Amino acid sequence: MVTTTPPAIKNRSRRAKSAARPGDRIFSGLSKGSGITLLVIMAAIAAFLTYRTVLAVSKDSTNFFTTFEWNPAGDPPVFGIAVLAFGTVVSSVIAMAIAVPVAIGIALFISHYAPRKLAKPLAYVVDLLAAVPSIIYGLWGAIFLVPYLDGLNQWLDQYLGWTYIFDKSADGVARNLFTVGILLAIMILPIITNVTREVFLQAPKMHEEAALALGATRWEVVRMAVLPFGRSGIISASMLGLGRALGETMAVAVVLSPSFVLSGHLLDPGGGTFAQNIAAKFNEANEFGRDALIASGLVLFVITLLVNGAARWIIARRKEYSGANA
Amino acid sequence: MKLSRNNGLRASAIGALVVSGALVLSACGSDDNNEPTKSGGKQTSAAASNIKCDGAKGQLLAAGSSAQENAMDLWVKNFQAACEGVEVNYQGIGSGGGITKFNQGQVAFAGSDSALKDEEVAESKKICKGGTGVNLPMVGGPIAIGYKLEGVDNLVLDASTIAKIFDTKITKWNDPAITKLNPGAKLPDSTIQAFHRSDESGTTQNLGKYLSTAAAADWKYDPKTKSWPAPGGQAANGSSGVAQAVKGAEGSIGYFELSHATANKISTVSVNTGASAPVAATSENASKAIAAAKVKGTGNDVALSLDYATKAEGAYPLVLVTYEIACDKGNKAETLPTLKAFLNYAISEEGQKVLTSADYAPMPAEIAAKVRAIVPTLS
Repeated sequence: MVTTTPPAIKNRSRRAKSAARPGDRIFSGLSKGSGITLLVIMAAIAAFLTYRTVLAVSKDSTNFFTTFEWNPAGDPPVFGIAVLAFGTVVSSVIAMAIAVPVAIGIALFISHYAPRKLAKPLAYVVDLLAAVPSIIYGLWGAIFLVPYLDGLNQWLDQYLGWTYIFDKSADGVARNLFTVGILLAIMILPIITNVTREVFLQAPKMHEEAALALGATRWEVVRMAVLPFGRSGIISASMLGLGRALGETMAVAVVLSPSFVLSGHLLDPGGGTFAQNIAAKFNEANEFGRDALIASGLVLFVITLLVNGAARWIIARRKEYSGANA
Repeated sequence: MKLSRNNGLRASAIGALVVSGALVLSACGSDDNNEPTKSGGKQTSAAASNIKCDGAKGQLLAAGSSAQENAMDLWVKNFQAACEGVEVNYQGIGSGGGITKFNQGQVAFAGSDSALKDEEVAESKKICKGGTGVNLPMVGGPIAIGYKLEGVDNLVLDASTIAKIFDTKITKWNDPAITKLNPGAKLPDSTIQAFHRSDESGTTQNLGKYLSTAAAADWKYDPKTKSWPAPGGQAANGSSGVAQAVKGAEGSIGYFELSHATANKISTVSVNTGASAPVAATSENASKAIAAAKVKGTGNDVALSLDYATKAEGAYPLVLVTYEIACDKGNKAETLPTLKAFLNYAISEEGQKVLTSADYAPMPAEIAAKVRAIVPTLS
């Protein structure tokens, strides 16, 4: 044993030296180049957004962050992102509240409960859900889902109206932030399900078998061995989903009945999101109007960056608890 | 060997089937589209010979208003059929986008729902060497007020009522203001669901201009804005979205180009303008209202100032006029012949006649004559 180890090290060091060969050099150059290209592209996007934002916001006659109006073509130009930021965050939070528990349930079912014959097709169907274009979700939402949610809205209004957020104060069909949240939940479900499923499948078999040997039921195995191991995976999966929910454009644009009124009544038609507002206003906007829309895009960019940063931070902090190091 | 031959036979049989199917389909399609101009099938080919190609060749790029996209489709189809080797490519990306592209020199002409603003004219001088961008009105169209109300077929409203409905000042269908205009109609005691456009649009802008002219006391919003100015009501994306919403909700009302009302079989409001009888939203009635417009452009510019408050008999005042915007001087030499030939056809009697088949309104004679005189002088 002892005698064989030094040659192995020697071998390795020889291989490391051979990194100077042209093939290796090309490969390392290519991968370094890809990394740098990505950084350059991100920097270019950020610089472009910032430049156009400065052009627009410097001429805004009101506070960009607290104004409830969008009229950059007006004289003087008036526009602000308060309603958009509120709508984007609220619809995404609703989507997460619905999608994350359901996705974890589906993932657990596929990875630990379903018979293999059922698990495979089910996983396939979930994948298929991710392949549907968002405009199709939008049309389905507007034509099919909205009429069917009217009843649910009335029920929520009647029995949960005292919570203020479910108090429907304005008439109209269910083209509101709540419906958008439900639609977004369906759209982000496959991403979260797929990632968490993969993580659950990688839970160490030894841990699970140990738990079983101690007399744990299947649910206890999941609770003791699988979920703690998958916690950081669940968080990063949720953040991936949240990223999509924050930036979703067409589906929201088709379903929501937007207005620049900030209302905590989630069942009232109204509100808006960053991406939806850009999609709706971009075509007819003049140069300055486009700059204003790009400014709102920068805010979304920053929010997404913060969300991703927060997710990284949480995962890094929890790494020591996760089974990944075990 | 045998197998592959069999396969080949089958493949060719399927091919033949597909081709014949496509033929049948396309035959149906063209029949439907050309219904009004057809009057005996052969006329389209006879008419096609009237299109003067005058050295038109190559590709002509254009972009702008989506409101006139269907009209463009008809014109492009006929023009390309008559002039070999010409490709006209019109992208309905919106008026704002069209004007931006025109002023950057990316397209030969732009389509727009509203005439160029002063600063846009100034900017166009960079592209039009020695000239400016000019507005040439070529397509008109009625904006229909569509509604869905069980048992009410011929709803009549006036400008002030329309303004109050869309401003959510009138919220019930049996409001006295509506019952007064509709004696005998069974108006229910239900809520009015007013739908407007959630995206920016020339249609919204024209409705705003109409309301702030014809019902100034009840519509105090900025008439120039392309986005919906009032706080109430519900919104949907695009004319098709609004039409879809109105079609789907009982007691709803919305506005869109007439073609959307026809396509979705939505009843439209007749407008009480003060003329002897309420005016229905039709292409013909819209043309009559456009005839009351004054030309406010000077020189080669034919920008119109519409008379939204017109009381002329049978004139439907809620109209939209879309312009083609090109340089009067300084168009690109390589596309100039094609540009002139195409616009010549579009404003020709024949080109205008095609418009009614897609629920657009042809330009009234006087304005058409003026534009017809200008197009050949473009250089």
